Amino acid sequence: MSQPKTKKETQDLFELYRQMLLIRRFEEASAKAYSMGKIGGFCHLYIGQEAVGVGAISALEEKDYIVSTYRDHGHALARGLEPKSLMAELFGKKTGIVSGNGGSMHFFDKKKNFMGGHGIVGGHISLAAGIAYASKYREDQAVTLCFFGEGAANIGSFHEGMNLAAIWKLPLVMICENNHYAMGTPEYRALSVKDVSVRAAAYDIARDHIEGDEVRKVRDHVKVAVERARRGEGPTLMEISTYRFRGHSMSDPAKYRTKEELEKYKQGDPLIKAEKDLIGSGWATEDLSKLDETIAKQIEEAVDFAEKSEEPPLGWLYKHVYAENV
Amino acid sequence: MAVLTYREALNRAMTEEMEKDPNIFLMGEEVGHYEGAYKVSQGMLAKFGEKRVIDTPISENGFAGVGIGAAMVGLRPIIEFMTWNFSLVAIDQIINSAAKMNYMSAGQFPIPIVFRGAGGAGGRLAAQHSQSFESWYAHIPGLKVLAPYTPADAYGLLKTSIRDNNPTIFIESEVLYGSKGEVPEGEFSIPMGKADIKREGTQLTIVSWSRALMYVLPAAEKLAKEGISVEVLDLRSIRPLDEEAILASVRKTNRALIVEEGWNVAGFGAQVAYLIQKDAFDYLDCPVERITQEDVPMPYAANLERSSLPSEEKIINKVRSMIK
Ligand SMILES: Cc1ncc(C[n+]2csc(CCOP(=O)(O)OP(=O)(O)O)c2C)c(N)n1
Repeated sequence: MSQPKTKKETQDLFELYRQMLLIRRFEEASAKAYSMGKIGGFCHLYIGQEAVGVGAISALEEKDYIVSTYRDHGHALARGLEPKSLMAELFGKKTGIVSGNGGSMHFFDKKKNFMGGHGIVGGHISLAAGIAYASKYREDQAVTLCFFGEGAANIGSFHEGMNLAAIWKLPLVMICENNHYAMGTPEYRALSVKDVSVRAAAYDIARDHIEGDEVRKVRDHVKVAVERARRGEGPTLMEISTYRFRGHSMSDPAKYRTKEELEKYKQGDPLIKAEKDLIGSGWATEDLSKLDETIAKQIEEAVDFAEKSEEPPLGWLYKHVYAENV
Repeated sequence: MAVLTYREALNRAMTEEMEKDPNIFLMGEEVGHYEGAYKVSQGMLAKFGEKRVIDTPISENGFAGVGIGAAMVGLRPIIEFMTWNFSLVAIDQIINSAAKMNYMSAGQFPIPIVFRGAGGAGGRLAAQHSQSFESWYAHIPGLKVLAPYTPADAYGLLKTSIRDNNPTIFIESEVLYGSKGEVPEGEFSIPMGKADIKREGTQLTIVSWSRALMYVLPAAEKLAKEGISVEVLDLRSIRPLDEEAILASVRKTNRALIVEEGWNVAGFGAQVAYLIQKDAFDYLDCPVERITQEDVPMPYAANLERSSLPSEEKIINKVRSMIK
C-alpha cells in the first residue's frame, strides 16, 4: 500500500494522519500534565498504537459501536470525541466527558456510540457481545467493534464472549491490539499461541492478522470484517500487531524491555510512516507544519480549558448512583 | 383471589411484562426448551419464541455481560441464574459493570436489567449449592436487592424490578418455589423499599426476610400462645431498605431480633442492628440480637444442616431470653 497514488487517496491519508497526530499530541500533553500532578489515577497512553485505533475506527459508520479498554484516549479521539472534554475528564473537572466520574479509564459518549473505556481486563468483551446482540435483536444493521490487548485473550470472559458471539453470529469485530506486553509480561510468557487470531479456529469464526503500522492498511482490513459482520456472517477475530512506546501506564518505567527493542519499533512509528508517505506522494511540507501548529493550538486550548474548568460540585457525589425511574 | 405458587407468580409477572414491552427478553441456562431448571419459565418459549427466551451455554460471566451490554443500548434483559451460587462466576460483571455503568458514564448508560434466580440454603445441597448472598449484593451501591417471601410479593416486586431502570438482584428462594399463596387478580406492582408487617405485636420485633420467615412466623405463633406478643417484619426489599418501618416497629416494641439465613460476619442483619442502635437507642430495653446461619460452610448431613440454620426453637429461646 504505502504511498497514496491519487489525490483522493492522499487527502484520505492526510485526514487519518491528522487524527493520529492529534492523539500523539494529546497523549504527550497528558503525560506532561500527569507528571505535574494534574491528572490522577492510572493513565495508560496510546503512543505508538495510533494507526490501529484510527485505521479501525475509520472503517465504521456513525451507527456502529465502539467498546474500549482502560487505554481509551486514542480510541475516543479517533471517534471524534472532543479533546477538550476528554482532557477535562483527565483533570477531574465537571466539564469532563463524564463530568469527572470516570477519569482516564472510563470515557463514555452515548451520542457517538462510544461505549466506554472499561477497567477490568477482558470484562468488556462480553459487554461488546451484548451490544452486538442488541443490534441483532433489533435488526439495526450496526456493528460493534471491540478493542482489547493480547493480555485479555487469556481471561475467561474473552472465551465466553467469543463463544456466545460465534453461536449467535453476532455483528462483532474483535480487535486484539497486540503490543506484545501485558504490563510487564511479554506475550510469550502468557500466550499459548504466537498470533491471537488463530484462536478464531476454536470458535469456527473468521480471522485476520496484520501489522498495525500503516493506517490505511488497518482500515482496509477492518472494513472487510465490518462488512462481513454487517452481512450477518458473524464475528471476526483480528490481531493487529503494534507497540506502545511508553510504559504500560505513566507509573511504569518499562524496564522489562531493552532500548534496542524500543528503537527497533520506533523505526516503524506509524506517524512517521504516514508522514513519509504523504510527502512522497507530493503533499506540501508547509501543509504538514501548518497542521502541526493547528493541533498544538487545539491541545493547548484543551489543557487550558481543563485547567480553568471547575471541579464537580460536592453535591454531585450521589448523583447517578442510581438511574431515575420515569 | 387466585391461589398461585411462588413460581407461577414469577412466571405471570415476566409473561405480562414481556407481552407489553418487546425490549424485554429472558436469557439463561435452560430457560427455554427445558422451561427453567426450577420451571419458572414454563411455557414462555412457546409463547415468545427463541428470540426472546434464550438458552445460553454454561457461561455465567459471558451471558451476564451480554445482558449488560444489551441494556446499555436500551434493551431490558432478565437474566436468570440457575442458582445464585453460580452468579459468583459473573460477579465481576454484576459489580464492576452493571452496578457502576450509570455512575461511570455520568448517567449516560443506565442498566435496566434484572438478575434473578434461585437462592438460599437448604435441601441438603451442601457447601457449594446452599448459600444466601443477599448481604454480598446489598453491599454494592448501584444495585437493588429484593428477596420476596410470598407469591404475591414475588409477583409484585418482580414487576417493579423489570420496570426499574437499575440493575436489580432478585433472589428467589429455592425452597419456596412450590409454596402457595393468594395473589390478587388483575395487575399490580409493589414498590421497592417497603417492608411488610406480617404480624402485629407489642413486645418484640423480629426483622427477617425470605425463607427465614418460615421459621419466624410459626415461632411467633407459638410465642403468642405463651403470652409473648411478637411483631414480624418482612423486609422484602434489602436495598433500598425500609428504615422507617424497622424503627417505627422497634420504637413500639422496644426489642429487636434479626433472623437471617445468611452468615453472621458482615451479614445484612448487622446493618439493621446498627441502624436500630443509632436511631432507636433510647427505646431499647435490651441489646439487639441476631440469629443467623452458623459460621460454617453448609454441611450435608441432615442433622448438621438443620442445626446450622435458624430454627423455630432457636428463635423461641432467643425471644424468651430477651423478654425476661
Ligand atoms: C481482571 C484484571 N486483572 C488484572 C488487571 C490489572 N491490569 C490492568 S492492565 C493489565 C495488562 C493488560 O494487558 P493487555 O490486555 O495486553 O493490554 P495492553 O495494556 O497491552 O493494552 C493488567 C494486568 C485488571 N485491570 N483486570
